[in-house]
Amino acid sequence: MPSAFKKALDSGKFVVTCEAAPSKGTNLEKMTHHIELLKDKVDAMNVTDHQSSVMRFPSLGGALLVKELGGEPILQMTCRDRNRMALQADLMFASSRGVHNVLCLTGDSVMLGDHKEAKPVFDLDSSQLLAAVRTMEKGRDMSGNELDGGVRFCAGAIVTPEADPIEPQLIKFEKKLEAGAEFIQTQAVYDMDNFKKFMEYARQFPVKILAGIILLTSAPMARFMNKNVAGVTVPQDLIDEMKSAPKGGALNKGIEIAGRMVRQIKEENICDGVHIMAIGKEEKVVDIMEAAGLL
Amino acid sequence: MIRSITQLKPAEEIEQLLDGMGRVFIIGCGTCVTMTRTGGLPEVEAMKDELSEKGKVITGTTVVPVACDNLTGEILKELQSMIKQADALLIMTCAYGVQTIARQINKIVIPALNTLFIGKETGASEFNEVCSQCGTCIIGETGGICPVTACHKGLVNGPCGGTNNGKCEIDSNKDCAWTMIYNRLSELGRLDLMRNYQKPRNHLGEPSPGKFMIPT
Ligand code: SF4
Ligand code: SF4
Repeated sequence: MPSAFKKALDSGKFVVTCEAAPSKGTNLEKMTHHIELLKDKVDAMNVTDHQSSVMRFPSLGGALLVKELGGEPILQMTCRDRNRMALQADLMFASSRGVHNVLCLTGDSVMLGDHKEAKPVFDLDSSQLLAAVRTMEKGRDMSGNELDGGVRFCAGAIVTPEADPIEPQLIKFEKKLEAGAEFIQTQAVYDMDNFKKFMEYARQFPVKILAGIILLTSAPMARFMNKNVAGVTVPQDLIDEMKSAPKGGALNKGIEIAGRMVRQIKEENICDGVHIMAIGKEEKVVDIMEAAGLL
Repeated sequence: MIRSITQLKPAEEIEQLLDGMGRVFIIGCGTCVTMTRTGGLPEVEAMKDELSEKGKVITGTTVVPVACDNLTGEILKELQSMIKQADALLIMTCAYGVQTIARQINKIVIPALNTLFIGKETGASEFNEVCSQCGTCIIGETGGICPVTACHKGLVNGPCGGTNNGKCEIDSNKDCAWTMIYNRLSELGRLDLMRNYQKPRNHLGEPSPGKFMIPT
């Protein structure tokens, strides 16, 4: 039986996903609040896996929480902290507990986070993790041993449509599709004309693509991303628009811009849906969806 | 030419390692660490001055020609009297030299350097880590550039999402291995190799610690 998220992808509707960021610590109140606020408004919620290599409550625990609260989780799994044995074990655990969506990621460098001296693992990469999911679905582990009870997943991956240079990224993208990715959530896109060009290329593949939307919270935040986040480019006119916001109104301006982009993607049928990242301001996803005319 | 690339440990760490040991004999090496200016004659002299200032008694110093050579033991034997007086040997060579000496001289050894990697000389005064001796070489499919080593994450199927302007996400001075591999294979007209799915790596090439006997 396909997961609810998979059904949404296959239904042809405009799919919306967002993030539920696990807490630093065991106080899950804030996360619970975000899940309750959003679970019935979006098609699924990604639960991040020590995002930016900052140690947090585990994505698997967060995915179970989404499930318990009646939401549809997408388990993010990076290859940064677990070798192939631990990854396979966690896939089995997730599947056995009703978590049937997984986003396979390589993971950021350990050096970028808050445990810089930790041993980076990277035993697998994202395409190998996708292949492992598919192998396990056939009832075997990565060494070919039979599993007493397999797994079932709607598996996805990411792509950076504005990576520089783009060609190696696209080869990797195609390898992820060949390895079994059914859906793709993109890195943040701001330049719709560029994104349309990427989609012209991507449309040739039978994969569902959700455009990454990161909420801009201020002009300096946009400039910071341009400088520090690989593959993210906020065009100058959007930065100027953020600057034009009245004092204290930058966040609302960011919501307006994000809502406008979502609306454009939907109205022009540019891709299959959006993945809204409101890093640290998850409650604003509702406002973005309202601004986009989705609620 | 390959060289052992080293870096001086922080002074506080050396001080801590030498805690309680008042008399020190210092050993440098005439090969890699002389070239990289981490353990040649000038550095050994500077260390001697620094430790003397801190109140250590330097019983002697020497710069052996090739510390990792087994002959080092013979050379040090000639300096026995000074070495005997020391509580510890402070060794300003790479860890291969330190271990060679530790096996031959019955004395506590303190490395003054951190051994970073085996570097390939790639330009004037420039060394890069290009192989990490993984035991299962895969560079036949990557245009002769090693992704296991040159990619910060050792990825074998293409770049991660962190690559930026052809540089690595951890350091804008380091090239992204997968941009280099892409460019090389593209020049060779063999991008098909990059499109091949690479299985997870085999980490069982030679279980650590590696050991080899020349066949008789
Ligand atoms: S794959 Fe890389 S690390 Fe392994 S032996 Fe070849 S060059 Fe060395
Ligand atoms: S940026 Fe390039 S070299 Fe650095 S980890 Fe990613 S793929 Fe590897």
